[in-house]
Amino acid sequence: MSAAVSATRRQQTISAWIFLAVPVVLFVIFLLLPVVMAIGLSLTDYAVIGDFEWVGLDNYARIAGDPIFWVAVRNTALYTVLYVPAGLLVALGTALLLNRSTRTARVFRTLFYIPVVSSTVATAAIWFWLLNPQYGLLNAALGWFGIDGPAWLYESRWAMIAIVLMSVWAGFGANMIIYLGALQGVPGELVDAARVDGAGAFRVFWHVTRPSIARATFLILTLLLIAAFQVFDQAYVLTKGGPGNSTLTLVYYIYDRGFGRLEMGYASALSFVLFLVILVFSVANARATGRENDR
Amino acid sequence: MTALATAPASAPAPAPQQLTTSRPLTARALTGKVVWTLAVVLISVTTVMPLVWTLSTSLKPEGEILSSYLQLVPDNPTLANYVALFADGPFGRYLANSAVIALGGVVTNLFFGGLAGYALAKLSFRGRGVVFSLFLGSMMVPGIITMVPTFLVLRHFPLAGGNDLFGEGGAGLINSYGAVLVPFAAGPFAVFFMRQFFQALPDELGDAARIDGASEFRIFWNIYLPLARAGLAVLGVLTFQAGWNSFLWPLIALNDPEMLTVQVGLAGYVNEYQTQYGPLLAGTILASLPVLLVFVVAQRYIIENFAHSGTK
Repeated sequence: MSAAVSATRRQQTISAWIFLAVPVVLFVIFLLLPVVMAIGLSLTDYAVIGDFEWVGLDNYARIAGDPIFWVAVRNTALYTVLYVPAGLLVALGTALLLNRSTRTARVFRTLFYIPVVSSTVATAAIWFWLLNPQYGLLNAALGWFGIDGPAWLYESRWAMIAIVLMSVWAGFGANMIIYLGALQGVPGELVDAARVDGAGAFRVFWHVTRPSIARATFLILTLLLIAAFQVFDQAYVLTKGGPGNSTLTLVYYIYDRGFGRLEMGYASALSFVLFLVILVFSVANARATGRENDR
Repeated sequence: MTALATAPASAPAPAPQQLTTSRPLTARALTGKVVWTLAVVLISVTTVMPLVWTLSTSLKPEGEILSSYLQLVPDNPTLANYVALFADGPFGRYLANSAVIALGGVVTNLFFGGLAGYALAKLSFRGRGVVFSLFLGSMMVPGIITMVPTFLVLRHFPLAGGNDLFGEGGAGLINSYGAVLVPFAAGPFAVFFMRQFFQALPDELGDAARIDGASEFRIFWNIYLPLARAGLAVLGVLTFQAGWNSFLWPLIALNDPEMLTVQVGLAGYVNEYQTQYGPLLAGTILASLPVLLVFVVAQRYIIENFAHSGTK
C-alpha cells in the first residue's frame, strides 16, 4: 500500500512539473533574466549600435545631475499627488453610493464601469476631443456655469491636471468593484448598532465602515501608487510630454532614452531608480497600513 | 479596531427604536432616494456621455463635426469617416493584428494558466509553496524594470527572425506576433487566478479517477477543467481586454507599419489627424467596440453561471 502511495506521489510530482513547465520557463526568461540584465545593463553604456563598455556607477551619477530627469520626477510626483487621492475617493464614494443589492444599483454599476473597458488610447482620443478648447464638451459644460475653461492640453499649467482628470474617469470603476466587494463584508449589526446609538452617517462610516474595509483600501492604494509612478500611455498619446515638458513622466523619459535615442544602458539605470522608488513607497504603504491595523 | 470592539457593547435592542423612528424615516427616505437617483444619474452621464458623443461625432459628415458640435443626433448621419479610415490607411490590418494578439493570448493563458493553476492547487509535490510564492511575488514587479532587457531578449532570441543559434544576425522575434505573444503567454496572474479557482473544487473527484487509473492530464482535462468553466470565462475576458488594450509593449516591440496594433495605430492618428476628428473618433469606436461587446456578452454569461449554481 505504501509503495502504491509513493508511486502516486512520484507520478504527481512529475506531472506537476510538466504542467508548470511553460509558465516557469517564461518566468525565468522574461522576468528573472531581465531583472538581472537590467542591473548589469545599468552599469554599461550599451546603446544597441557599436561597442559598449563597463562604466560602473557613471549612469547613476549622470541621473543625479540630469535636469530633465528631475523635471520628470516633479511631473510624476505631481501626477501621483493628484491622482492617488482623487482615484481613491471617487472609487470609495461611488462604491458607497451603489452598495445596495437592487436591480437599479446593478445597472448603474455597469454604467460606472464602462470607461474601464475602453483602452487608454481610446480614452485619450475621446478626451482629446472632450478637451478641445473651442469645440470640446468640457469647456461647453463649464460655459453653462459662466466659467471660461482653459486651453487644457495646450497650457503647461493645465495639461497635467487634464491628464489626471482623464485617468480618474478611466480607472475608478475597477477600484469601485474592489470596494463594493469589501463593503459586503462590513458587519450590518455594527452599522445598525452605531446608528441606534445616534451616530451620524459620517461617524458610522469613520468608526465602523472604514476599519472593516482597510484591507481593500490598502490594496487599492498600492495599485494606484504603482500605476501612478508608471503613467505613460495618457501622456504619450495626448501631449507627447508637452507643452514645454510639463507632462513628461518618468516612464515616458525612460522610453524616450531607451527606444528613442537607444541609450539602453542609461535607460536601464533610470528604470532601476524608478523600481527602487516604487519599492520604497510600497513598503512604506504596507508599514503604515499594518500599523493602523495593529492599533 | 477599537471602534469595532466598543460599538456593540453599548448597543441597545434595536426593535423599540425602529417603531418610534419609522414615520420620519419615510419622508427622509424619499428625499434620500431622490438625491441618490440624481447622483447616480449624473455620474452615469459623465461616464457614458463621452462615448455617446464620440459615436455621434464619428457619424457626422466633415462639415457638421465642428459647426454643430453640441448636437447629439447628426443631421445627416454618414459612415464616410469609417470608410475613410479603411480607404486611407491599413486600419483593417491593425484590427487583424490586435485580434491575433488578443485571441492568441487568451488561448495560451487559459491553457497554460489552467494547467499550472491546477498543479499548484490539486497536485502534491515538493517545491509547490516556493513556485507559488515566486509567481505571486512576480506580480508585484513593475513592468518598467524588465522593459529594456525583454526587448533585448526578444531581439536575440536564438533561431528566430534570421538569428543564428547565438541570437545574432537578425531581428529575432521583434516585429513578429511572437514578440507580444511569447512573453505574456502564461502570465503569473493567469496561474494565480486559476489556482484559486481549482482550490475551491473537492479533491475527491481526482482521487476517485486516480484509483480507476486515469492519467493526471486526463483528470485535469476531463474532470476539473469542465468544472472551472466560469473561472475560465472570467479569465478569458480579462486576458482579452488586457491583450486588446495593451499599448506600451506593442509600441516598442512592433514598429513595422504592417505589424501595428489598433491601439498603436490609433495613437498615431491623434497627432496625425489633429483637425480631422471624424476618422480619429471612428477609429476610437472601432478600437473600443470588441472589448465593449465582450464585456456585455460576458456579463450575461457570468450572471447565468451564478444562476445555475444557485439552483443546484
